[in-house]
Amino acid sequence: MAEPILIVRDITTFIGQFHILEGVSVSVPRGSISVLLGRNGAGKTTTLKSIMGMTPPREGTIQFEGASLVGKRPYTIAQMGIGYVPEHRAIFKELSVRENLEIAERKSGDLRKRGDLIFDLFPDLKRLITLSGGNLSGGQQQMLAIARALVPDNRLLLIDEPSEGLAPVIIEQLMRAIETLSAQTTILLVEQNFRMASKLAHLYTIIDDGRSVLSGAMPDLVRDSALIQRYLGVA
Amino acid sequence: MAQFRKTGGSWGIVISMIVGLLIFSFVTSNNPGTFGITVLSGLFQGMLLFLVASGLSIVFGLMDVLNFAQGGFFMIGAYVAFDVHHPGGLIDLTNTIPNTDIRFIVAVIAAVIVGGLIGAALERGLLRPLYARPIFQLVLTFGVSLVMIEAVRFIWNTTPYSWTVLFGVREGYFTLLGQQFSTYRLFVIAIGIVLIVSIALLLQRTRIGIIIRAGVEDSAMVEALGINVRAVFTLVFTFGCAIAAFGGAIAAPFLGASIGMGSNFLLAAIAVVVLGGMGSYVGTAAGSVLVGLAIAVVATFSSEYLNQPVWSSMTPMLLLILVLLLRPSGLFGERR
Repeated sequence: MAEPILIVRDITTFIGQFHILEGVSVSVPRGSISVLLGRNGAGKTTTLKSIMGMTPPREGTIQFEGASLVGKRPYTIAQMGIGYVPEHRAIFKELSVRENLEIAERKSGDLRKRGDLIFDLFPDLKRLITLSGGNLSGGQQQMLAIARALVPDNRLLLIDEPSEGLAPVIIEQLMRAIETLSAQTTILLVEQNFRMASKLAHLYTIIDDGRSVLSGAMPDLVRDSALIQRYLGVA
Repeated sequence: MAQFRKTGGSWGIVISMIVGLLIFSFVTSNNPGTFGITVLSGLFQGMLLFLVASGLSIVFGLMDVLNFAQGGFFMIGAYVAFDVHHPGGLIDLTNTIPNTDIRFIVAVIAAVIVGGLIGAALERGLLRPLYARPIFQLVLTFGVSLVMIEAVRFIWNTTPYSWTVLFGVREGYFTLLGQQFSTYRLFVIAIGIVLIVSIALLLQRTRIGIIIRAGVEDSAMVEALGINVRAVFTLVFTFGCAIAAFGGAIAAPFLGASIGMGSNFLLAAIAVVVLGGMGSYVGTAAGSVLVGLAIAVVATFSSEYLNQPVWSSMTPMLLLILVLLLRPSGLFGERR
């Protein structure tokens, strides 16, 4: 396996006075699709937010391409080359599709440079370019949220629950897009939909009750239905 | 389509209220001249209100900070412009710049710079540590507004100043409907319209405008895209304070400079921001014109028939109540 692009080691995160993460470690090899699995409220989203610096960890270390992310502000972390696609997409509803993409530019001309990649992946967006974000369907918003993270040249994408609330055909479409993307960038996914996660990801880390309890290669997990039952509650 | 219908309805309310006010004013005026004065003074007040309310509204939308010191910036703008333009005081430019027109322009620029600098210092030094504590911010900006009043009292003492050294547009008059009007009112109205349009263009067409509009929706997500949102906060806050100071500076030739002028305008401006819909730029612009006109119409009517001028200072709040009964989230506001 390639050298890790991201190493999260033993982070502890509080939100207000609530102790959400009590020791999470994740290692993401360059070029891989890795997935964080676990029940609702286990701390998967908080792990992504801790990496982004949005809920900064109190203890532990996070290294991206060898540089420490702890203590940095979210905008600095993003500028280092990390794209964030939050749960519920967080599309700017009052902005047009084009503006939603333009705002993600880090240098002017980013969108022009990456336009081909983005519109090959999500041809629908080209047609919808003048609509406002609030007028898109859930699936279109999800595509826009991923596209937005592709505008600058990010080397790592953090994608939170892309399949949430979407119809099966749309999920298929998204899966294909994420698979295509993994040829160019590394992806760390949070996904409740185990079928989708198991098909896409090469590696998994299970988070349970704020701790990372297990990680390994996806095919090994797929074969172990007892483990799946125990931590994820799906058969 | 649904969106259009929604804002369409809001425009319907605004326009029918404005038309209603105009008809009421026309019918109750003794002569067309009074009606003309009422309308002109309403628009004049509306534009000044906009200059206080626009900063209030954009800052609130973006940063969730209700800046109670906004009125203080209006007042400081008036004092600085007055001081620079008139002989004596802290800065006396009467000999350096004898031309009153140019001196007025310099006075306005000085007011804007002073307002902007104080605004930037307030945001960076005092507000920034308090973003996580909304109640503290309210108390802080309220406290700062009191400090500003005391500082003005210390520098310029308590006697209100009225503008005595006239200049170009402040001297001119024109005749309409058999009544003389000061060209200065027209001048302020024109500047207000230019600013309303320029800020709208800035918000719609520029990158910083896109960032501000996105930040009003979700500033954490804007930051996660790699944008230094705190720097944008400082910029917007500074701009909001500078524009209020600009408002004070161009109001001073007509209204003079006094300790109470800030809080008068602040109250009406808060009414404008709430009835326009918190954080909505269009709402603030439309609300300013509406409230300005309403104040003038009620002022004329009550001094003519009721002999109770107090009604006009209550007008913004009464209008606010009326609008909130029709639209609980304000004219152009999103339901939150």
